[in-house]
Amino acid sequence: MSAMQSQILDANEAVARVAYATHELIAIYPITPASPMAEWSDTWASQQQPNLWGDVPRIIEMQSEGGAAGAVHGALQAGMLTTTFTASQGLLLMIPNMYKIAGELTPMVMHVAARALAAQGLSIFGDHGDVMAARSTGWGMLCSNSVQEAQDFALLAQAVSLRSRLPFVHFFDGFRTSHELNQIALLRPGQMLEMLDKDAIRAHRQRALNPAAPVIRGTAQNPDVYFQGRESVNPYYQQAPDIMQGVMDDFARLTGRTYRCYEYHGASDAERVIVLMGSGAEAVHETVDALCARGEKVGVLKVRLFRPFGAEAFVQALPASVQRIAVLDRCKESGASGEPLYLDVLQAVSRHASLRPEVIGGRYGLGSKEFNPAMIKAVFDELLVPQPRQGFTIGIEDDLCQTSLPFDPDWQIEPENVYRALFYGLGSDGTVGANKNTLKIIGESTTQWAQGYFVYDSKKAGAQTISHLRFGPSPIRSSYLIQKAHFIGCHQPGFLTQYEILDKALPGAVLLLNTPEGPDSVWEHLPRSVQTQIQALQLKFHVIDAHSVAREAGLGHRINTIMQTAFFAISGVLPRDKALDKIRTAITKTYARKGPEIIAQNLQAVEAALSHLYPVDWQGKTLGQRERPLTVAADAPAFVREVTACLLSGQGDRLPVSALPADGTWPSGTSQYEKRNLAHEIPVWDPDVCIQCGKCAMVCPHAVIRIKAYPEAELAHAPASFKATAAKDREWQDLRYSIQVAPEDCTGCELCVQVCPAKNKSVPRLKALNMAPQAALLEQEKHNWDFFLKLPELPRERIHAGQIRQQQVMQPLFEFSGACAGCGETPYLKLLSQLFGDHALIANATGCSSIYGGNLPTTPWTHTAEGRGPAWANSLFEDNAEFGLGLALGHQQKQTSARQLLEMLAPQLNGERVALLLQNPLADAADVYAQQAAIKDLKAELRALSDPLARELLALADALGKSSVWIVGGDGWAYDIGFGGLDHVLASGENVNILVMDTEVYSNTGGQTSKATPKGAVAKFSAGGKALGKKDLGLMAMSYGHVYVASVAMGAKDEHTLKVFLEAEAYPGPSLIIAYSHCIAHGINMRQGLESQKLAVKSGEWLLYRYDPRRRDTGQNPLQLDSKGPQGRLEDYLQDQNRFKMLFHSQPEAAQRFLKEHRQELGKRWALYQHLAQPVEQAHPTEKGASQNA
Amino acid sequence: MPDLRTEYLGLPLRSPLVASASPLGEDLENIQRLAEAGAAAIILPSLFEEQILHERQAHLHYLDYGSESHAEALNYVPSATAQQSLIGPEHALRHLEAAKAAVEIPIIASLNGHTPGGWCDYARRFESAGADALELNIYHIPALSESGAEVEARYLEIVAAVRASIQIPLAVKVGPYFSSPGHMACRLADAGADGLVLFNRFYQPDIELEALDVRPRLVLSQPIDNRLPMTWISLLYGHVKADLAATSGIHSVEDVVKLLMAGANVTLLCALLFKRGIGALQVLERELQDWLEDHEYDSVAQLRGSMSQLNCPDPAAFERAQYMKTLQNFVPRSEKPFYY
Repeated sequence: MSAMQSQILDANEAVARVAYATHELIAIYPITPASPMAEWSDTWASQQQPNLWGDVPRIIEMQSEGGAAGAVHGALQAGMLTTTFTASQGLLLMIPNMYKIAGELTPMVMHVAARALAAQGLSIFGDHGDVMAARSTGWGMLCSNSVQEAQDFALLAQAVSLRSRLPFVHFFDGFRTSHELNQIALLRPGQMLEMLDKDAIRAHRQRALNPAAPVIRGTAQNPDVYFQGRESVNPYYQQAPDIMQGVMDDFARLTGRTYRCYEYHGASDAERVIVLMGSGAEAVHETVDALCARGEKVGVLKVRLFRPFGAEAFVQALPASVQRIAVLDRCKESGASGEPLYLDVLQAVSRHASLRPEVIGGRYGLGSKEFNPAMIKAVFDELLVPQPRQGFTIGIEDDLCQTSLPFDPDWQIEPENVYRALFYGLGSDGTVGANKNTLKIIGESTTQWAQGYFVYDSKKAGAQTISHLRFGPSPIRSSYLIQKAHFIGCHQPGFLTQYEILDKALPGAVLLLNTPEGPDSVWEHLPRSVQTQIQALQLKFHVIDAHSVAREAGLGHRINTIMQTAFFAISGVLPRDKALDKIRTAITKTYARKGPEIIAQNLQAVEAALSHLYPVDWQGKTLGQRERPLTVAADAPAFVREVTACLLSGQGDRLPVSALPADGTWPSGTSQYEKRNLAHEIPVWDPDVCIQCGKCAMVCPHAVIRIKAYPEAELAHAPASFKATAAKDREWQDLRYSIQVAPEDCTGCELCVQVCPAKNKSVPRLKALNMAPQAALLEQEKHNWDFFLKLPELPRERIHAGQIRQQQVMQPLFEFSGACAGCGETPYLKLLSQLFGDHALIANATGCSSIYGGNLPTTPWTHTAEGRGPAWANSLFEDNAEFGLGLALGHQQKQTSARQLLEMLAPQLNGERVALLLQNPLADAADVYAQQAAIKDLKAELRALSDPLARELLALADALGKSSVWIVGGDGWAYDIGFGGLDHVLASGENVNILVMDTEVYSNTGGQTSKATPKGAVAKFSAGGKALGKKDLGLMAMSYGHVYVASVAMGAKDEHTLKVFLEAEAYPGPSLIIAYSHCIAHGINMRQGLESQKLAVKSGEWLLYRYDPRRRDTGQNPLQLDSKGPQGRLEDYLQDQNRFKMLFHSQPEAAQRFLKEHRQELGKRWALYQHLAQPVEQAHPTEKGASQNA
Repeated sequence: MPDLRTEYLGLPLRSPLVASASPLGEDLENIQRLAEAGAAAIILPSLFEEQILHERQAHLHYLDYGSESHAEALNYVPSATAQQSLIGPEHALRHLEAAKAAVEIPIIASLNGHTPGGWCDYARRFESAGADALELNIYHIPALSESGAEVEARYLEIVAAVRASIQIPLAVKVGPYFSSPGHMACRLADAGADGLVLFNRFYQPDIELEALDVRPRLVLSQPIDNRLPMTWISLLYGHVKADLAATSGIHSVEDVVKLLMAGANVTLLCALLFKRGIGALQVLERELQDWLEDHEYDSVAQLRGSMSQLNCPDPAAFERAQYMKTLQNFVPRSEKPFYY
């Protein structure tokens, strides 16, 4: 096969093609990095594409992976060919059913994009922690190492499962394989059909539950037979390795691609062998070739069939000459005598090998840690030393227990004829999309083979992307990042200064920089170290002002076509004219469906790019004096300087083990040290126009626009440009008032400008806040921001928390998160942090909020100058409500103990203070702060006491204060995976506050349907629009009668939101706030997010209400409606959002039908709510005063 | 019973009562109800090429919005919907086909182009989709730098180009704001317009005093608004080689009769149907019959153009004298009549 006969796919798509074709029912649930397999399946089903047997497979999204596992178990019992896709925690949730499915000898394949498990921290990246946790379930386990193998093994697993009756997990490395683009030969439907044993399928169907031939399955067994029953399956497991090899042999005859369950590659007389599975085996394969070429006697044994482990076949695959074996596991089993594969190999060798080679085990690549030839060579080298290390690690520096092997990072084996290119871009600039297009252009229309891998950072706004592209004359199996490149494209000018990029350039490489500077001026703007690298490496340096070219071509900020053209023009990867012809052809083809004007724009951009691309003649230029800026401020805390800064500069791989907290506990308040400078424009305050309403600060998603009111004397040393005015509030007549923007932290989302109600009377297009270019303001505003931070916080007793204009001077304790610019969730969290942050315990469900709230390198939850602030933790996705409840109960228990100790120690303590501490009702902010002050004094007293009880109380004293427990998360958690727990916590009656930030979709994993998704909305898994309406979570919660329930939309009624937060927190029982959160997944202009919220409320799509059980005490109906129901046209709301609008373009008849139904349903819901909210007398005219029954 | 039949753009019609381009025509059920209520023809809502281009740009933007930025969310839109929901004129064409299939009466497409190629391309597509005729809805606020002559030249260029592109009858809907509207009407007819629709009402935004904002505000026509088309139809009748369609301010049978007397082939109804519902059409047709009977007219043809400048008792009344007379008869509410 030549490159031109193949197709470029990633493993997720390649596997999904086979899974879709060979199954009848697919139960799905989104989880990274496996979600695309489910998304592809749903897409094809929505397009009515048939499987091998001409039927359209039924795709069903479940509420969790546990649900998916139950659904597939049931479908299997109905005789269906059934599959599912998952990873990580999702696989863990499936384990109970996996035991059942295997115990019942049911053929099935599950495809797993193997991913790390959440332990000291969550990781979305690849390792084998998840599949290893499932290895005892009795499922077969088949591992593929590359995109080609992933496709082929998807079919092999299905074939072997049917023939052996064992269910199989087919797994491949998350991201490294699941997301790597590579060229593969596609399986044809006829080949797939031929591999599947018709008799085995028939037998599977005959075993199905059928009332016409009834059986009982799932009995409860007593001690007399359970044990024997477990042993009854042994023959099936014993035969499986041979069946597997037979299937592989059949496959080879059919396709020409040969696989072995245990496949050796290397010198026939190898003395040193590495054993491993997964993508790392491909890197070892390459390294073995390089070392053998140098005469070394080395080899690699790739384990494909991990369960059932064919010990005999494994040993037979080893060369007889082997003396030492290193087994590499991509997982960590703390406390075990070794990792799973190592132990299996040790056992196999001890039982079956005639010679007894020495076996050592080690760990590599956890959480997608890089695993490259230099590291592999270090492992082979270790096999040469007299006493090789057991339980070693490779790829990190373990200075704690000295497990790590040293390696030479400069040792490389990549052949010169493989062209390597690295691109540094921003998520929003189209760099990755352009590179995927380049791979297809070269890979599918030339004789070159192509490979692409993409690295994303953890931010949602302004994220950096790094694209690794390889092109070569033969298939590319390099499963590691490019270490040295022929081409480096830097698509954002700041990156060259900010990050170490040129250390990855080969001598004589091409450097392409997108910069507003021209070829003559760019040199002097580069740091001296970069200039030095360019000269030392003799780089061919080119510049282009891609942003200007894009603007002029009408492409906005999308510089993809321009930078792609420049790459083709100067990289030399193809002859220039041929390359440019290909890009023009590709544009015409790619954009054919997007309209002629789009094609014309992009073709014009190609020509414009060529005419604005300039070589930089740096020969003879002198070196400047510019230094790279410090990553974090010099006065940052030591941990931030030593650890956080390392992560921020992209050097986290170099941190030794000892630098990391052992238990996953990190300091809060570190986002303030990460200066991202994302905004091209920032808001500028006009004090003369400002009415001091506080709305701008309230809606700011990143807490970058702040307000302070302070005594005039504080302005004594203010910078000249610092703005202040008299406070307008009547209670603050003695104070000055300032609104200040953090210029380096602002994302430029403009929500503050949009919400500002104050217009300049003479020029009404101007408001009290107006956007202006950041660059010109930067230095001035940096000084102003620093000064602003030093101004004192207004004492809480001077702030009415119930009025936004006063409340917004409270210090936010959630700031500068990595959320999307204009995020609709974060303003709620920030409000929470302002009101209750200094005594808040927060349980955060996995999702967007746990990522922008807790994804390293920096975290936005912060603390006051006194060191108080939200204590935050993320447990899991599915258990957040229960986790939060545990936090609350734990705190209550501690408080009880502390009070008892205080009473016991009372005679030795200040009596007045003890009385205060024991009797303080903690009803309002004043009480809370009085208690905090008393606790501080109590601690001082306790330290002076020698009584051992005093030491005990000292440890518990903080629990005497008020703690506000908040359980927060998105709709995926609250409506779906965590609903059972949420319901139980509501039912418990305990005093917890639950905030559901409802984006009506699984935002974090890319917009999959949840039960909160409204009717007619297009989302992943609802490509044809969601057919049914949104679940009414609030109504369900109200049915308990003892739960405070509120529905809010800050953009529609901010005072209402504030009131709800205060009421919910004060309510002495469970409270549930459901908060409308506009989201990038809605397909809206994020600047208009608040307008979107207004339309949602005006259309009646979103209701504002409060259900406060306390109102019964005064004879009132607990339910109050705070919005007017459907007032405006529903169409106005729907047409504002692409998630609804696109259905009017793709399936107009369905969209119209949904619209009518939707309108009717909203009308009915409003009627129901009006009925429920009737005044008590009206609702029960004969039972006046019988409010308890309301 | 009087004969209500008339002809417009070469299409024989059961009456001069035609449903004008409006959102009512977006819904197939409404189209059927209009036909059942007696609409002689239906002009579908205008296809705005600029809006299609704008929406397509916005749509493509949102398909990619936030994509390839975060490892967990490489995009937000299901690819199946993304592939199916590309924006173009297809829905308007399918709607036209569906309307043609649903009713027997003529269906006239309406087009507002934006690019030179766009006018002709979309016109051809409408013709292929089965439109009985095409109405060009030329709506354009000229730039301050654009002269009247340039504006007129562009109008004529569009009409000529579209005329050369299609075989079906062509109507042109224009506004009244030309230095010499009558002369311009004749030139449009010479350029190939088979009919003239008088007049387009221009969008005029309003100032919101409390919000200090400028907002679009759709104001339905009032009966007084039919005076301008009435004037120009009466002046053009018999002088221009094109059919004449009256639009704006047609709210009663008297308005219909007056415009037919002025010389209109048809009267295009919009505001009336919004205010009183589609059923008003049926009532209007009956009232027209009654009026003709009461006034002893045999047919619409007999009525048509009878009060045009060509045929009316006092032709000068439609020219400057009318202005004088109007002013002379005007009595301010709080004052006595005054005289020059």
